[in-house]
Amino acid sequence: MAKVTLKGVKKNYGPVKAIHGVDMEIKDGEFIVIVGPSGCGKSTLLRMIAGLEAITDGTIQIGDRVVNNIEPAERDIAMVFQNYALYPHMSVYENMSYGLRIRGRSKADIETRVQRAAEILQLQPYLQRKPRELSGGQRQRVAMGRAIVREPSVFLFDEPLSNLDAKLRVQMRLEIKRLHQQLGVTSVYVTHDQVEAMTLADRLVVMNQGRADQIGSPQDVYNHPATTYVGGFIGSPAMNFLTCRIDTGQAKLTDDVILPLPAGWSVPAGEYSLGIRPENLRIARAGETAHLQLDVDVAEELGADTLLHGKIAGEEMVVRVPSHAGFHDHSRPGLVIDIERLHLFDRESGLRVATPG
Amino acid sequence: MIERRPIADAVGHLIMLAAIFIVAFPIYLAVIAASHTIQDVSQTPMPLLPGAELLTNTARALFDGPQLVGVSGATPAIVLLMNSFIMAISIAVGKIIISLLSAFAIVYFRFPLRNIFFWMIFITLMLPVEVRIIPTYKIVADLGLLDTYTGLILPLIASATATFLFRQFFMTVPDELLEAARIDGAGPMRFFWDVLVPLSRTSIAAMFVIQFIYGWNQYLWPLLIASDYKYQTIVLAIGRLIRAPDAFYEWPVIMGMAVLALLPPVAVVVLMQRWFVKGLVETEK
Repeated sequence: MAKVTLKGVKKNYGPVKAIHGVDMEIKDGEFIVIVGPSGCGKSTLLRMIAGLEAITDGTIQIGDRVVNNIEPAERDIAMVFQNYALYPHMSVYENMSYGLRIRGRSKADIETRVQRAAEILQLQPYLQRKPRELSGGQRQRVAMGRAIVREPSVFLFDEPLSNLDAKLRVQMRLEIKRLHQQLGVTSVYVTHDQVEAMTLADRLVVMNQGRADQIGSPQDVYNHPATTYVGGFIGSPAMNFLTCRIDTGQAKLTDDVILPLPAGWSVPAGEYSLGIRPENLRIARAGETAHLQLDVDVAEELGADTLLHGKIAGEEMVVRVPSHAGFHDHSRPGLVIDIERLHLFDRESGLRVATPG
Repeated sequence: MIERRPIADAVGHLIMLAAIFIVAFPIYLAVIAASHTIQDVSQTPMPLLPGAELLTNTARALFDGPQLVGVSGATPAIVLLMNSFIMAISIAVGKIIISLLSAFAIVYFRFPLRNIFFWMIFITLMLPVEVRIIPTYKIVADLGLLDTYTGLILPLIASATATFLFRQFFMTVPDELLEAARIDGAGPMRFFWDVLVPLSRTSIAAMFVIQFIYGWNQYLWPLLIASDYKYQTIVLAIGRLIRAPDAFYEWPVIMGMAVLALLPPVAVVVLMQRWFVKGLVETEK
């Protein structure tokens, strides 16, 4: 068990800059999820911690040791790969014990460790089988077993659930969470799935084009996104952004669409981007003044909820309303915004604007 | 795809049967000839049904060798077979070892001029033994390796084909396996032995079959190197059996020897057929 410290970590592939300098302190026993779309550098960052990619600049520390020039095997880490990377010709037992055998552990020691890991992961009946005789979920568990038996200081997960079907993914997500509670080992987990990220993480790292846009707890990232990018990436469906002009305590979208702002906000007049989550809008009750009128193009029925897609002041907008509200394509409901939950971003830089008050 | 074309099917089968007949009849004839006495075989037309002397004739070929006019002392087939065996197995095993290692280097290591080395190996695919036979002979002769097993085997071991095949196979092995092995603490050679070689076993089997037959059927190279009868291979010896015109030949014994020469490659193919086919059609990952 150990903390992991990244200081100004950069990665260039020739002239291409993949990681622009990431600083991060992962506490002992913490579960960190690095989330972002493909190509944002999240896997590269993980592979640098693992030692599979060289570090161009900066330092990575595991425990108190700078590991920049240390081989992966010596870093006291274990990694779970997206495609499991099990040795196809070895049995489950051999797969799990391979690292221990190379390290020259005694037979008895290997036996206890493998049996214990197999018990935790419910793999005992399959120890003599080959990976190809197992289902996807079982293979994933073997991959985790291979990591557990080593008893490393840090677990690294590289999109471990993306090859599984939706149902199994939810189940394995829960198992990983339980495993972490049980073992308490520092874990770094990479995913592009924001639901996985939200549910698993103690803290989230939202990556955007080689930068860490925000590092914080799931609630923090959801409630106070640091940039429009984070706001748009975390939350499903994505946050709506409306360009507006703020003046005298009001947000003016167009000449006839004007929204009120929370009472305490004191922001300088100017052009802003207003973030509204689809779940922070509701249908106006009878007799209530609606903030907005939405021209619904498509209503997507999800069962419990309906997503209304439409346009307001020429900009795309999604609203999540309860299904029993009964809106359909081409309806025109009046909407009320939960004003207290508005997010304000700078129009140019996309950075969150502090709204003191 | 469902096809119902009875005439095309019939024609196709007919052509196939004719081809099989053309290929199989001479072999049948050889077996028949080996099963009669010399008097029977010398009749015209020669008998087309098996006789009773097969065991006697092959035993004579195996232990005495056919008596030839003008050639003093026959070499028994057992010596020739042994030479062929040593040569074919050494070539096949040597080629596999060398090719596995060079493919491993080319696929998994970044070293200067890596691509140039690969293309150099690849280009030798276009140069069969016959093209480079004079310089190779000169080198082997200068090294004093004429009439030795080393001289017979060594120059034939380098193999572009096998290197290429293993390279293609290694490139299909997912990178994550190497990375997992690195994290598990396996060095390059450990990874090679513990992961790559076991994964390549079907390809290795296919390569063994192909290269064993290649080695067994070598004619020109042993012809140059093995002037001493002790080092002659069976394929070479068969060629030498019938070189004198109008001589008296012990046809049944010669044919017995030909049949013996045929058996080991057939046995290798039959025994390794399952692996051989697997190695060529499927990539087990």
